[in-house]
Formats: sequence, structure tokens, C-alpha cells
Amino acid sequence: MEAEINDTIVAVGTRAGEAAIGIVKLSGSRSIFIADKIFKSKNKKKIKDINTYSMIYGHIVDNEGHLIDEVIVTVMKNPGSYTREDVVEINCHGGIIATTKTMELCIENGARIADPGEFTKRAFLNGRIDLSQAEAVIDLVRSRTEQSLRLAAKNLRGNIKEEINRLRKNLFDIRVKLEARVDFIEEDLEVTPYQEITKEIIKIRAELEELIMNEKKGEIIKNGVKIAIIGKPNVGKSSLLNLLSRKEKAIVTPIPGTTRDAVEEILYVEGIPLILIDTAGIRKTRSTIEKIGVDKSLKHIDEAELILLVLDGNRKLEQIDLQIINKIKGKSIICCINKIDLKQKLEVERIRNYFSEKYIIKISALKGKGIKKLENKIKYVILGKGDIDLEEKIIINSRHKEKLEEVKKSLNRAVEAVENKMSEEFPSYDLKTAFELLGEIIGETAREDILEKIFSQFCIGK
Amino acid sequence: MKYDIIVAGAGHAGCEAALASAKLGLKTILLTINVDKIALMPCNPSIGGLGKSQLVRELDALGGQMAKTADNTLIQIKVLNRSKGPAVQALRAQIDKKEYEIEMKRILENTQNLTLRQGTINKILVKNSKVFGIETESGLIFRSEAVVITAGTFLRGRIIIGEKDYKAGRMGEYPAMNLTRNLIDLNFNIGRFQTATPPRIDKRTIDFSKTIVQYGDREPLSFSFWDEEKIYENIDCYLTYTNKKTHKIIAQNIEKSPIRSGMVDTHGPRHCPSIDRKVINFPGKKRHPVFIEPEGAHTGEMYLQGLTTSMPAEIQQKIVNSVEGLENARIIRPGYAVEYDYVIPNQLNFTLESKNIENLYFAGQINGTSGYEEAAAQGLIAGINAALKVQGRSHMVLTRDTSYIGVLIDDLLTKDLIEPYRMYTSRAEYRLILRSDNADIRLCGLGNSIGLITDCQYEKVRRKEEKTNKLVSKLQNIILNPDKKNNEILKKIGTSSIDTPLNIYKLLKRPEIRIYDLVDYFIGKRSRYDKGVLEQAETRIKYEGYINRQLAEIKKLGDLERYYLLPNLDYFKIIGLTYEAQEKLTKIKPNTLGQASRIAGVSPADISILMLNLKGRSKKVFN
Repeated sequence: MEAEINDTIVAVGTRAGEAAIGIVKLSGSRSIFIADKIFKSKNKKKIKDINTYSMIYGHIVDNEGHLIDEVIVTVMKNPGSYTREDVVEINCHGGIIATTKTMELCIENGARIADPGEFTKRAFLNGRIDLSQAEAVIDLVRSRTEQSLRLAAKNLRGNIKEEINRLRKNLFDIRVKLEARVDFIEEDLEVTPYQEITKEIIKIRAELEELIMNEKKGEIIKNGVKIAIIGKPNVGKSSLLNLLSRKEKAIVTPIPGTTRDAVEEILYVEGIPLILIDTAGIRKTRSTIEKIGVDKSLKHIDEAELILLVLDGNRKLEQIDLQIINKIKGKSIICCINKIDLKQKLEVERIRNYFSEKYIIKISALKGKGIKKLENKIKYVILGKGDIDLEEKIIINSRHKEKLEEVKKSLNRAVEAVENKMSEEFPSYDLKTAFELLGEIIGETAREDILEKIFSQFCIGK
Repeated sequence: MKYDIIVAGAGHAGCEAALASAKLGLKTILLTINVDKIALMPCNPSIGGLGKSQLVRELDALGGQMAKTADNTLIQIKVLNRSKGPAVQALRAQIDKKEYEIEMKRILENTQNLTLRQGTINKILVKNSKVFGIETESGLIFRSEAVVITAGTFLRGRIIIGEKDYKAGRMGEYPAMNLTRNLIDLNFNIGRFQTATPPRIDKRTIDFSKTIVQYGDREPLSFSFWDEEKIYENIDCYLTYTNKKTHKIIAQNIEKSPIRSGMVDTHGPRHCPSIDRKVINFPGKKRHPVFIEPEGAHTGEMYLQGLTTSMPAEIQQKIVNSVEGLENARIIRPGYAVEYDYVIPNQLNFTLESKNIENLYFAGQINGTSGYEEAAAQGLIAGINAALKVQGRSHMVLTRDTSYIGVLIDDLLTKDLIEPYRMYTSRAEYRLILRSDNADIRLCGLGNSIGLITDCQYEKVRRKEEKTNKLVSKLQNIILNPDKKNNEILKKIGTSSIDTPLNIYKLLKRPEIRIYDLVDYFIGKRSRYDKGVLEQAETRIKYEGYINRQLAEIKKLGDLERYYLLPNLDYFKIIGLTYEAQEKLTKIKPNTLGQASRIAGVSPADISILMLNLKGRSKKVFN
């Protein structure tokens, strides 16, 4: 419910990629408390002990003691803040990883992700902004909410929505059985034995866990956007990789905890971490593309959101090029014709059969030619035509994650309740909670009607 | 003839409304079509049951009458769902119907400020959208500040048995034929529902040896918080089943069933279908239960729960005789269906006052509900609010997070009714905290501030709460050491031993342990604590996690329930709402933001926008 006003909200206050500094903003009565739980200052001072409008330097540290980022924290105590609540701003290093991780820590410690336009809404409700600005706020809430919903729907990977709907339906069916055993105990109903119902709950929990696993794989925040550089030997893949990454060297940072086995380089474009995967290293031990196919490369191709196909402009199109093109069919591809500084022998006409002109870029990795154009093209493909608000997308991801974890907790409680021989109303409540949380992910907030289903399914009326 | 408040109809809603109003010091008149028919139970001879029992307890905690009269006239009592948690347990009592009527009439006649009088309302007198009295069919005019209509099934009541129909409010009673026209003239939307009752048979003609006896509970129980719990001399009920033969008779005669013949085409309650409908809808079911329940201690009439039908009388006889144990049973009165008008309840405020006509209240079956308990609960709320309004005091509204009564009224005002509404525990989303056992703790303070619960009663409840708190913290402070003596006791209780010190509070969370076990061994004699206190403490400790989660959920919703919406709000002028939300909100005209949030088609974003729009504007509500 977004109309609540007493809880503490959190959001990333700068748009991804716009600035070198990313601000995580907390607002609400517990914001100082929450910030103090994740912040360790250099001088051992607590945020709660510093004056309003002052700053404090230190580190954000997660629950296991891992360092997340070096930050400066600003405190504005109520009512001297934008929302007239206690506000804490954590100034992280730019980029998505630090801010996202910090925001997630705030959530783990009791904050809630702010709804679209909620800071402004609070400012208004607390009398910080006057009535004449109301319409602007309303427009903001409405448009941001709609955008957010649209993005949320867009962001649901393929069949996730159906998967969630299916889980919801199963949860609902179990609740019908549980509730029939509560409210219609004297009826002569043929209801499923309680222990059978537990098995069904456990089955749903397993399905949910799988869903969470799959979701994690697809997460943009932790993994960044994967870009695979593909091509036959000696087309200049490594040079391209070096070029793309060297240029950005100053802001390349290792990600703590990231599996580095396959990651060659990380670079930021508009604040989005791009993980460039060079398949060159792999091919050295393999002689043919078929063998690569069964190896990791295929997996990289599969996982990559974008593929940079490198062709040698200095050589004629070969069978192996076509085999590669065939392998990557259906993916997002930018075709890079390399070595344009040399004599051009590649039949570009044939290439146009496979790729639209827009996605064919001529470069010279060695001379650094066409690199700017390639970067812009990468940006264009990743960010879309500019209508995808990346920050929003990330927030939606975090929100989904937060909800799914809560669903899991609810299901755990339901199972525990049954195991502890608690009666039906307890697991039923847990399942209801899970059902509603799943509904929030897919934007379905209508109340379900258990009784309706009981009446249609069972013969009631003793 | 001038009164403060007129209550029209002396059923369960009317009695509670009139008693509440009179007790609050208002000059009250209770009009009824026939003063021999007070607080009738025209259908099942019982009070309570799942969800309903909670309503009765809440009514009692607010100063209502039903629980006390039930205690005084019951002939069997039992706890339903005893093996489950306290939230879904319920009391149900078989009642001596005649005794109940006599007792309720005696109470009405002995209540100060209350006049009982025979009369049928012809017309509600309204001036400038405000009620000022009523006119009876005999032409008498009664003036009043407020009117509570509790007409039950009497509005254009029509009784159906087989192919015959009669104009009647209940079997053998005159209906109210003119009031509906008057309500339509006053711009009320009227709907029509139907309900039915089974035949009653002669006890002497039942072969009880072929039935299963249904005993009551032999332990101290009471409906009312204010009556001493006692062990009742229960009169038994019996269980038998329909069979193939029964179903064949029904199938052969189905064309004569009013649901097939077209004699009845209105919606009846799905929780209480006729045996005809059960046989049609569930052909795979080999048998349906039939409970044989006494109508009273001094009558041989037996009620056949589960055998509701409005087939022609001769078919009813055949159906009854096909059932095991009832082969020779004689029907004393046949079952019948009754069809009646109701006022679509989304035209009411949470106080049950009409949104359009000031000081006019509606309560009970006329609002589309089913059941004595649902009626009584509404009667009390309407009576209290009518009285408060006349006294110039602020209204009393119960919300979903405080009570089943709140759930009942909110559902009536917000949902589209498709059938007569019956309470169930599953309707109350916060049922783990809205329990029968804590209705006094939840509501007595309110009852006391209204004036229907005495200071002395309230003090008793406060003491119970205090003692519970003390006991809970005491249990936290008693620490058991993992010594031999303690572990032997634990073994005796039937739980595993401990190897580190553990407080009793935590020990009590083990599912197999009851508070009584621990009190005996570790805290001192059980007798030092009331049963009520022990059980409150146990529930609070054992279900702490669940209770806290529900409390957190309520807190999360924050002030939505206290955020009032003006009745004349033009939703089409509010920028940012979706068209669907504008339409729905205009139709329902919710009293509060909380209610608005529960309307299908109104999204959280709409609620946000409403909240922003209404910021800083008037919070006064209900005319």
C-alpha cells in the first residue's frame, strides 16, 4: 500500500550515469537508525550524534562486514528537510553497483523502496510544498506510476508473469482447501487431509526457489550487461576489447564478489557496467567452432544481452564466419567489420543479408577508428531509444527481489506452522501473504474471493 | 406523539437498536407488526457458529443484549473447531425459541425510556432530506428525531411452497406492502433476495436409534462476558443422512421445485441451499447430512437442518420419510421460501445512516444480510449511532481491523451483494487478532465511552488485561535451569528436555505445551489465575509471531480508515484518477479512504491521488 506515511523509504536520488556521485536517500522516522546500521564512520561517530545539516565521512559495510563503498553522509533532521521527515543522504561513488547495494542494505535493515514520486508526495503531505503545487505532484505520481508499471511489465522476463500467476493460482487453491476446513468444519466435505496440503505447499516453495534462482541469473544489477565478443581467430577481438576497456580504464573498478572466471573487462557506459567477454582466450584450446559450441562460448552467447560479432575486413567471408552467424541468430548483434585500415576484401553485400545497415559498424581496432561510433551504438542498443529509465528498471528489479524473498519467508512459515501442528488458519494466513506479494509483483492488487470458490467447489449447507 | 427515536421492526436488529437507544437515555418507541412476535427465530434454533459467535461476543462487549438472552435460554452449547487455534473457535448454542422470545420481550418491557407498540409503517416522513417521523398503515403519525428501519424480510414479503404463494413477512404473518414504494419514492435502490427454511417434524415420530447423537459440551461456558460460565443440562441433537431414495424423489419432482418451476428467481444464500439445489448441483454426492435439532425444551417440534426445501407439502413429506430414522416422521409445518425486498446497502454510511436522508438508519436483513447475529450486530450499531446523533455526540464507527462488526458493515457498504450475506471467519483478514476470547479487551472501552458498558464492567476487563500483561512478563522472568528435577517435570508434561537455561515464555512456544501444565509445576497454583487470564497469556505467547504480523499489517495501512471522504465529492473533477476509479467511487461514495481502497477497480495509485487531493480539506463526514 503506497499511502502509508509512517514508514521509512529509500531511493537512489541520482539518475544512473548522470553524475560521478550517486545519492541514496532515506526519509522517515527510522532513516537515521537504518543508516547507522550500515555506516561505519572513520572517527567512530554515529550519524545520530551529528548535527543536522552536517556531513560525516566513512564506509558502507554490509551485514557480513564487507566493504561496499566509501561515502559521505549528510543528515537533515525533521522538519528541516525536503520531506519534513528525518532525511539521510548517502553519497556513494557513481555507477550502479555501489548505490544499488547500499539501497538494498537499507531495505534489509527496514526501509522500503519509495514509490514513484513518493518523496515529493511526502513533502506535500507534510506541508513542505503548498497546495498550488498539488497538481504537479499528482501528475508526477500518476505518470511515474504508469511508467513504472509499464517498465515492470516489460521487465518481467518472458514467462515470469505466467509463472507467477500459476504460483498464485496454486496458492489460492491450497487456501481454498484450508479455509474449507476452517469455516465449514461441520459440513460433510471431502477435503484433502492436512498432511497432503503440506506437501503441496512444499512443492510451491520449491517452484518459487527455482523462480528466484532464475531471476537472479537475469539480474542486471549484480552482473551488469553482458556483452560477448565473438569471431573467428585473428579478427581482432582482443584488440577491440583492449581498446574499449583501455579508454575507460580510469573508471574501471573490480566488483567485489563477482565471479571473474569468464569476465575479461568491465567498463561503464552511462553508468551501466558492461561486462565484456572475450571468447578469444577460450578458442586457443579449441580448433573448430563446433567444439567451441559445446564449450563455454555457447553459454556466453546465450547469456549475453548483446553480441559484438567481429569480422575481418581484410579477408573474404569464410564458412566459419557463416557458422558463427548461424549460432548467434536471434540475439542482439552489432556486426563490427574490423581492420578497415587494411585492404577491404570482405563481401559487405553478403553481410547485409544477415544484418541491417544500422548494426554494421566499420572499425579499426588497431588505429582506434570508429570506436566512438561503436560505443554510441552499444549505448543505443542497451539503453534502447532513450525511453528506458534505467534507474527505474533497477528499482523494479530490487523490488521484485525484495518481494520474492518475502514470499519465500511466508512459505517457510507456512510449512513450519504445519510441521508444528498449528491449525489451518495459520498457514492460510502465510499463504495469503505470499499470494498478495506475488500479486504486487505483477501489479495485481484485487482481492481474491475464497468463499466464492468454496461455494462452487464444495456442497455447502448442512 | 413525539419520540427521540423510532425503531421499526422487533426482530434481532430492532431489539438491539431499541435497547441501545433507550439505555442511552433516548425516548424510544419500538414498532412492530405484531407484538406477540418479538425476537423470533424463524429458521434455525441456534445462535453462534463460526464467525457469528465472534459477532455475538463483540455485541456483548459493546453492551448489546443477544449474548445474555442466549445464555438464559439455551438448551445446548458447544465449542466448534475445538482442535484449532483460538481465533477460529466458536460457540454455538441451541436455543429454546419460545423462551428467547419471552425473555427478550420481558427485557424490552422492563427497559426505561422504551415503548413497545403494535403498528406497521406506511411511510417515512422526510423534510429537506431529513427524517422527522413515520406514518403507520392505520394513519397514526409518530414524530421523532431519528428512525431506524429493521424490517427484516417483511418488505413485500412473499412466501412460496411448491406452486402456491402468499403475501407474508414470515409464515402466517402480514407483510409490509407499502414501505418499499415509499423507499423508492425516496430514491433508494431496492434489490430482492430469497431465503428458505426446512420443515419441522414431530419428535415422537422419529426413530432416534437410527441416528447419531450430537452432544453438547459439558464444561463451563457462556456467551456473555458478564454471565458466569456454567455447565448446562444439554438437550441432544441428532444426525442422520439423506440417501439415494431421497435424491430420486427430488429428481423425479424437480419440476415442482420453485427454483425450477420459476416460482422463485431471486438469489438465495449459497451457504444455505435447499436440498433440491444440492441434489441438482452435486449429483455425485451420495448423501447429505441432516441435523435434527429441538425447537425448544417444551415442544416436540424438531428442526431439520440441511433439509431446506420449498417443494409442495406432499413432496416434502416424501422427502422427509425417505431419510433414515425419519421413515414415519410427521411434518408439523412444512418448509417454505420467502422472497423480500432489501435496501442495497452501499447507500449507507458506516453508521448505517442513509447517505441521502439524514437521521434515517437501516439495520438487519433489510440490508441484505442473513442470520440473527448479523442482524443484531447491525441493530446495535444503528441504534447507538442514531442515539449519538440525536444527542449531538460524535458517531461510533467500527473498522475491519477492530472487529467482525467492522468487517460486516464494510463488506455491506463496499462489495456488490449477490446473495444474502453471512459472516465467516475467512471474511476477517485480521481474524488472528479479532478473536471471541478478546472481544471484551478490544471493545469494552468503546462500549464504556458510549455508555452501554458500566464503569464496573470496564474495570473488570481492564483488570483482566493488566493481569494478563503481568503474567506474560512474569513468564519471561521465570528461568528454568537444565537440572534433573526440571527435566523430569518436562518429561512428565510430554516435551523434550532442556540443556541450557530457558525461560517459561519460550518454553510455552513449544506446540505440545499448554499453559496449564507450566502453571501447575512452575508458577504456582492454577487457581490463582482466572481461566480467562491464563488463556489470554497463552494465546499471546504461542501465536506472538502471527499476532505481531497482523498488527504490523494494520499499522502499515496507517490512517486510511480515519481519512474521511466528503459525501458530495465530485470524483469526476479529481484530476489524475482513472475513469474506472471515478465511476466506481461515484457509485459507492466511500466514507473513508480505507473503504475506497477496497473497491474493486480503485488502484493504489488512485488512493495516492485521492489523498493528495483531499489534503487540507474538511475531515468531517456523515452529513
